Amino acid sequence: MIEVEHLSKVFNGRKAVDDVSFYVGKGEVLGFLGPNGAGKTTTMRILTCYMPSTEGTARIAGYDVFEESLEVRKRIGYLPENPPIYPEMTVDSYLNFVAKIKGTPAGQRMAQVDKVVEECSLGDVRRRIVGRLSKGYKQRVGLAQALLKDPEVLILDEPTIGLDPKQIHEVRTLIKGLASTRTVILSTHILPEVSMTCNRVVIINKGKVVAMDTPEGLAAQMKGAERIALIVDGPSEAIREKIHAIEGVISIQATDEKEGRPTSFAVECQLDTDLRPVLASTIVSQGWGLLEMRGVSMSLEDVFINLTTQEPTEADSSRR
Amino acid sequence: MQNILAIWQREIKSYFVSPIAYVVLTVFLFLSGFFFFSYLNQVIQATMMQAQFGQGSQPIDVPGIIFKSLLQTTSVVLLFIVPMLTMGLFAEEKKRGTIELLLTTPVGHFQAIAGKYLASLTFLLILILTNVITILPLFLHGQPDWQPMLSGYLGMFLYGMTLLAIGLFISTLTENQIVAVMATFGVSLALFVIESFSASATGVAKSVIDYLSVMSHLEDFIKGVIDTSHIIYYVTFAFVGLFLAYRSLESMRWKN
Ligand SMILES: Nc1ncnc2c1ncn2[C@@H]1O[C@H](COP(=O)(O)OP(=O)(O)O)[C@@H](O)[C@H]1O
Ligand SMILES: [Mg+2]
Repeated sequence: MIEVEHLSKVFNGRKAVDDVSFYVGKGEVLGFLGPNGAGKTTTMRILTCYMPSTEGTARIAGYDVFEESLEVRKRIGYLPENPPIYPEMTVDSYLNFVAKIKGTPAGQRMAQVDKVVEECSLGDVRRRIVGRLSKGYKQRVGLAQALLKDPEVLILDEPTIGLDPKQIHEVRTLIKGLASTRTVILSTHILPEVSMTCNRVVIINKGKVVAMDTPEGLAAQMKGAERIALIVDGPSEAIREKIHAIEGVISIQATDEKEGRPTSFAVECQLDTDLRPVLASTIVSQGWGLLEMRGVSMSLEDVFINLTTQEPTEADSSRR
Repeated sequence: MQNILAIWQREIKSYFVSPIAYVVLTVFLFLSGFFFFSYLNQVIQATMMQAQFGQGSQPIDVPGIIFKSLLQTTSVVLLFIVPMLTMGLFAEEKKRGTIELLLTTPVGHFQAIAGKYLASLTFLLILILTNVITILPLFLHGQPDWQPMLSGYLGMFLYGMTLLAIGLFISTLTENQIVAVMATFGVSLALFVIESFSASATGVAKSVIDYLSVMSHLEDFIKGVIDTSHIIYYVTFAFVGLFLAYRSLESMRWKN
């Protein structure tokens, strides 16, 4: 349904999107995950025909976003990063206006508006001025607008940003419900969002795709390591050296280090070797104080941080 | 067509929910009334002087003089008002991000421009109508020649139409309404005052200056002369403005 091939976008000589390729099948929900500035919004703007790509192609429902922009625009619902609302309008008149410019025939407009109002639970605020609504309601008005005219493809840029936990839950449920009949691509920088709503995840960092898999697959991919959290009272440099020398330890990092206070470390070890006894005896035998030791299993969160904080060169080589 | 109408309607409504429409209408009505009475006063004094010194051989066309002076003043007032009507047309959509909605729905660039331009023309018509109301008292006590009035208002509409097109184009270039207002005012003012260089220029330069001046084309209309070359001037200018606006929107979708 959505085919993106070698997409690049250059702003003033800087690549905001760099050779991005992915595919979204009909009925799939694709999570587009990345830290701020990764190029999510830019990619979505290219997909929605708002701006052209510098290189590469993107097709939606078989139509090229650049060559056949009108056909694409007829088929998409787009929620931009900032909900595109006219603050002086009421929710009803705003949705009516959007229905009109999307080409909904006059006879069906009322029913269409009623439907999205229902779907986005906007019933209570229909006659209110959009500009005076809370951020959460504005976001839902933006979402309602995207749903008008029942588009085949939904492109949602950070749909849950600015919502409170209850609303986030509602919007996620809503998106899940929509997914059965539509193709959805949603961007987010929040991790749990993708594991809850998406079939597939594309992780993007500094304009490049660094990983693409199911949420479970991604978590499994990184299960090559176990992590142990330590708090040790002693000279941190010496501790680091000593522990790094232990067999089975992949890396050790200080996570919280202050002069004259016990240091927290995160130790990454190879799978299926419980290093805790060795670690404990090493630390104690050096005369340092072992204040805490905890096994931490890696979550999707860690996968994300791992993938997006690696040096670009490493990300490059792991992709090739 | 549905798109153009929808955008026109939204734009008109947005004029009237913001204070701009009311401020503009109030100021315009006040200035029209003020100048109407001040010109009326001047003409009355002139007539009395004439009567005193016994030079009453040539009757003065009181309504005609008042109307012409008022229309000339109105053309200056429009220089200030038009930028306020066009500043938001696109700049505000850019600022609010609603342009992202507009350009990713099936609305075409032409339709977006047409809807907005028509809305600003509608407001211009409303302004001209309030001006007509101001001069209605002239018909109370006389039979003024209505033909020059009609041609005068036609000229005024064409003149406003041109300024609005320029303002609309400038509004596509920025997301800052203050910048849009100042730039539109600057360009309009330049086209307005360029006439003053006409006297000192010669040859081709003079004819270019005379042709560019928005004011010189208005004078014949106010005198009651409808000359197609002036109509062509205004229509061409407006068309250029709208075309540039169209290209400016298109350029957002160009590959660099
Ligand atoms: N219109 C623009 N002009 C110049 N640079 C831009 C523009 N839009 C985005 N960028 C840059 O492109 C990069 C990616 O931005 P964006 O796509 O908004 O990231 P994200 O949505 O993932 O946070 C950022 O470094 C941003 O500064
Ligand atoms: Mg973004």
